[in-house]
Amino acid sequence: MPKVVDNRELGPMIWKMRVEVPRLVAKAKAGQFVILRVNEEGERVPMSIAGLDREHGLLTIIYQVVGKTSALMTTVQAGQELADCVGPLGIASHTDNWGTACVVGGGIGIAPVYPIAQAFKEAGNKVVTIIGARTKNLLFYEEEHMAVADEFYPCTDDGSHGHHGFVSDVLKKLLDNGAPIKHIMAIGPVPMMKVVANLTKPYGVSTWVSLNPLMIDGTGMCGGCRVKIGEETKFACVDGPDFDGHLVDFGLLTSRLTAYREQERKSMKRLLEDPNCRLTKSVQAFAYPDEK
Amino acid sequence: MSDEETAVETGESGTSSTNQLAKKDRMKVPRQKMPEQLPEVRVTNFKEVPFGFDEELALKEAMRCLECPKAPCIKGCPVEVDIPGFIRLILDKDYAAAARKIKETNSLPAVCGRVCPQEEQCEIACVLHKKFTPVAIGHLERFVADYERENNLVQLPTKKPPTGRRVAVVGAGPAGLTVAGDLILLGHDVTIFEALHKPGGVLVYGIPEFRLPKAIVKSECDYLADLGVKFQNSTVIGKMDTIDELFEMGFDSVFIGTGAGLPNFMGIPGENLIGIYSANEYLTRANLMRGFDEGNFDTPIIRGRNVAVLGGGNTAMDAVRIARRLGADNAYIVYRRSEAEMPARKEEIHHALEEGVQFHMLTAPINFIGDEQNRVKAMECITMDLGEPDASGRRRPVPKEGSNFIMEIDLVVVAIGNGSNPLIPRTTPGLETNRWQNIVVNQETMQTSRKGVYAGGDIVTGGATVILAAGAGKKAARAMHKYMMEEVQK
Ligand SMILES: Cc1cc2nc3c(=O)[nH]c(=O)nc-3n(C[C@H](O)[C@H](O)[C@H](O)COP(=O)(O)OP(=O)(O)OC[C@H]3O[C@@H](n4cnc5c(N)ncnc54)[C@H](O)[C@@H]3O)c2cc1C
Ligand SMILES: Cc1cc2nc3c(=O)[nH]c(=O)nc-3n(C[C@H](O)[C@H](O)[C@H](O)COP(=O)(O)OP(=O)(O)OC[C@H]3O[C@@H](n4cnc5c(N)ncnc54)[C@H](O)[C@@H]3O)c2cc1C
Ligand code: SF4
Ligand code: SF4
Ligand code: FES
Repeated sequence: MPKVVDNRELGPMIWKMRVEVPRLVAKAKAGQFVILRVNEEGERVPMSIAGLDREHGLLTIIYQVVGKTSALMTTVQAGQELADCVGPLGIASHTDNWGTACVVGGGIGIAPVYPIAQAFKEAGNKVVTIIGARTKNLLFYEEEHMAVADEFYPCTDDGSHGHHGFVSDVLKKLLDNGAPIKHIMAIGPVPMMKVVANLTKPYGVSTWVSLNPLMIDGTGMCGGCRVKIGEETKFACVDGPDFDGHLVDFGLLTSRLTAYREQERKSMKRLLEDPNCRLTKSVQAFAYPDEK
Repeated sequence: MSDEETAVETGESGTSSTNQLAKKDRMKVPRQKMPEQLPEVRVTNFKEVPFGFDEELALKEAMRCLECPKAPCIKGCPVEVDIPGFIRLILDKDYAAAARKIKETNSLPAVCGRVCPQEEQCEIACVLHKKFTPVAIGHLERFVADYERENNLVQLPTKKPPTGRRVAVVGAGPAGLTVAGDLILLGHDVTIFEALHKPGGVLVYGIPEFRLPKAIVKSECDYLADLGVKFQNSTVIGKMDTIDELFEMGFDSVFIGTGAGLPNFMGIPGENLIGIYSANEYLTRANLMRGFDEGNFDTPIIRGRNVAVLGGGNTAMDAVRIARRLGADNAYIVYRRSEAEMPARKEEIHHALEEGVQFHMLTAPINFIGDEQNRVKAMECITMDLGEPDASGRRRPVPKEGSNFIMEIDLVVVAIGNGSNPLIPRTTPGLETNRWQNIVVNQETMQTSRKGVYAGGDIVTGGATVILAAGAGKKAARAMHKYMMEEVQK
C-alpha cells in the first residue's frame, strides 16, 4: 500500500502530502492525476500531480480541505499508508515548443501548473507564470515557480502580496502589451478558468484548462465525469482532464459539481462532531464559505 | 426415443442405495422451491434475496434427477459441468466432492449457481423440462459451493512444479480469475492487474449484494491468492504499463479480460443533467463503493423518489431493484420493446415485479427536462408499436405519432448496454479489433492477433454472461499453457 512520507499544512486549509509510489511516479507526466482512497470506507478522490521526485519515487499532492475526504487526508501521519492510489490517469498536458508559453494557476491550481511549467521549459519554451490567491497566506509554491519561470507574476485579490488583482488582470495586461504568448495552460477554480478562457478568446491565443468534475473510477467506465466540449460529451478522466478552454461548457461543469451538496455537508458535519476524529485545530475550524 | 423415455424404461435398475426413489417416482417429486426473503421485507435491505437450500431440500431436489446416460443438460451448459455427476455426489452426501466435481470445468460455482441464466442453459436442456419442471441445477450448484465454503472444506489442490513461466492477467473479472486459477495450478507464476481497488469485475461493481454477496467474490479471490496468484489492484494497464511493457517486464504471456465497461448513453437532449446516471455509475456507487450504507461509507448516491431505469436487461433489473431499496416510491422500468423481448432473466423480472417495480413497455424517452438547478425533474417519452422483425429477430419498435407524454421523475439510470473500453487496443500496436472495438480472437485458442497475447470474456463478445467469460478463460488458459511450454524457452 502507498506510504505517506510527509503530510503538512502549507496555509489555511491547504496541505501538501508526499506519497511513495515509485512505479506510478516513473510513468507519470505533468497534467495527469491520481485517484486515492484514505481508508476502506472512503471515497475515491482525484488529485492532480503537483510534483514528481523520480529519484525517490515520490508523488507530491497539494490539496485543499473542502469536505470530509480532504479533511481525513490531513489525519494521515508520515509513515502511515493510504488504502490505495491509482494512476497515472488522464492524458498528459500538451507540451510543444511554442516559443513562449504561459501557465496560470489560481488557488489550489497553483500546484498542478508547476510540473506543467517545468515541462514547458523542458520543451524549450520561455515560460511566463502567473499565480494568484485571495490573500498572501494562501499563496504557496512561489520559490518553486520562480525557479522555473522566465517571467513570474504572483498576485493576490486583496493586494497583500505581489500584484493587486486577479490572475486574469495580469494576463490581460501582458496580452495587451503584445507579449508573444502562444499557448496558455490555466488551472484553478472553475470561475477563474472561465474568466481566463473568455479573456483570451478575442486574442486568439490557444488556452487549455484542466477540468475537475466528480469522478469515481477514472478509467472511462462510469461516465460520471462527463463534460461538454463544443457539441460533444466527453469523459474528463480519459479524454482529459485538459480541454480547449474556448470550447468548454463551464456552466454545466459548475452545476454538476453541486450534485451531492447536501450529502457532502452531512458527511463533513459527522466528521467534525466525531469525538474520535483526529483533526488539527486549524482543520477543525473548517466552515463552508456560505456558512461563515 | 428421447432420453427421458429411455430413462424411465431402464428406471429400476438405475436406482441406487442413495436414491431410494424409482425413476418414475422421481418425476413426481415437485421441484423444490428455494426459500427467500418476502418482498416487503427485502425492499428494506440489501441482504441476499434467496436463502439457499438446506441439506434436506438439496437432497430432495437432487433425488429428482434421472441421471440420464446422455445427460442433455451437460450440453446446455457452456462449460459442460458434469451435472449428473455432481448431483450423484450430493446423493452420496459428499458435498465437498460435488463442489470439486463442478470445479473441474467451472471455477466459480457459488457465483454461477446464483447468476447463470439456467433457464436458458442447463435447465432448459434437462429432460424433465418438457413434461415437468427441470431439476434446479443452479440451486444445487449454489448449495454445494456454499456448503464447501461455509464448512471450510475448500482444499487447496496441489500445484504442478514451477515452470518458470510468468503470466500477466489484465482484469480481475470472471474471465481473468478463471485464467489465473487454471494457470497457477499448472505451475506458472501468475499476476493479475486490476484497475479498480478490488478484484471481481462486474461481480463486485455491477451485480448487487442482494443477488451476489460480495463476501463470496472475496472468498473466490482469496482462494486464488492462497494458491499464489499475485493481485496488483489499482493498476490500469495502458496507463501504468502497456501490454508491450508487460513483456519487457518479463511476462511470457498476457491475457486480456477487461470486460465491456464503456457506458452507452442515449444521445438525447438533457442527458448531462444532474440525476442522470449510467447504470455503471449507479451500480458502482451502490455496490463497489457501498453508497447505500450512508454514514458508514462515504461515497454519496442520489436517492430518487421517482426513478426511471431505461432498458430491459439484467443491468436494468439490478438498478431498478436498488432504487426501490434506496427508498424510491415509484421505480419504473422504461423499455422500448415489449416484455417478451426483454433480455433480463425471467427470475429477475419476477423479483422486480414482486418488489413493486412498475413496467412501462413500448416506451422511450426523447428529452430530459431539468429544474433551475440543472437537476432532472421530468422526461418526455413517446410510445411505440411493434413493427416487422429486425436483424436481431425481435420486432422493431416504431414510434407512435403524437403519443408524447411527460413522466415526472427525479432520477434516471441509463441501462442500454456497454461498449468496450479502447484503452488497451489504443496502446497496443498490432492488436486487432472489430468495429465495436472488441478484440478479435481465434475462437479455439482465444489468441489475439498478437503472439502470446490472449483475450476472452466481454472484451471479445460484448456484454454476455459470467459463465461464458469463465469458459473463455478456460479455453485461453489451455492455449496459453501450450504456448508457453512449447514456444517460450526457459
Ligand atoms: C482531475 C482532478 C484533479 C484534482 N486535483 C485536485 C488537487 O490537486 N487538489 C485538490 O485539492 N483538489 C483536487 N481535485 C478536487 C478534489 O478531488 C476534491 O476536492 C475532493 O474530491 C473533495 O472531496 P471531499 O470529500 O473533501 O469534499 P466533498 O465534501 O466531496 O466536496 C466538497 C466540495 O468540493 C467540491 N468537489 C467535490 N469533488 C470535487 C471534485 N472532484 N473536483 C472539484 N470539486 C469537487 C464539491 O462540489 C463540494 O462543493 C481534483 C479533481 C479532479 C477531478
Ligand atoms: C449489472 C449487471 C448484471 C449482470 N447480471 C448477470 C447475471 O445475472 N448473470 C450473468 O451470467 N451475467 C450477468 N452479467 C454479465 C456478466 O457480469 C459479464 O458478462 C461478466 O462479468 C464478464 O466478465 P469479464 O471477465 O469479461 O469482465 P468484467 O467482469 O467486466 O471484468 C473486467 C475487469 O477488468 C478491469 N479492467 C478494465 N480495463 C482494465 C485495464 N485497462 N487494466 C486493468 N484492469 C482493467 C475492470 O475494472 C474489471 O474489473 C451482468 C452484468 C452487469 C453489468
Ligand atoms: S455453470 Fe451455469 S449453466 Fe453450467 S451447470 Fe452451472 S448453473 Fe448451469
Ligand atoms: S439434470 Fe435433467 S437432464 Fe441432467 S441428468 Fe438430471 S434429469 Fe437428466
Ligand atoms: S470517472 Fe468514471 S468515466 Fe470518468
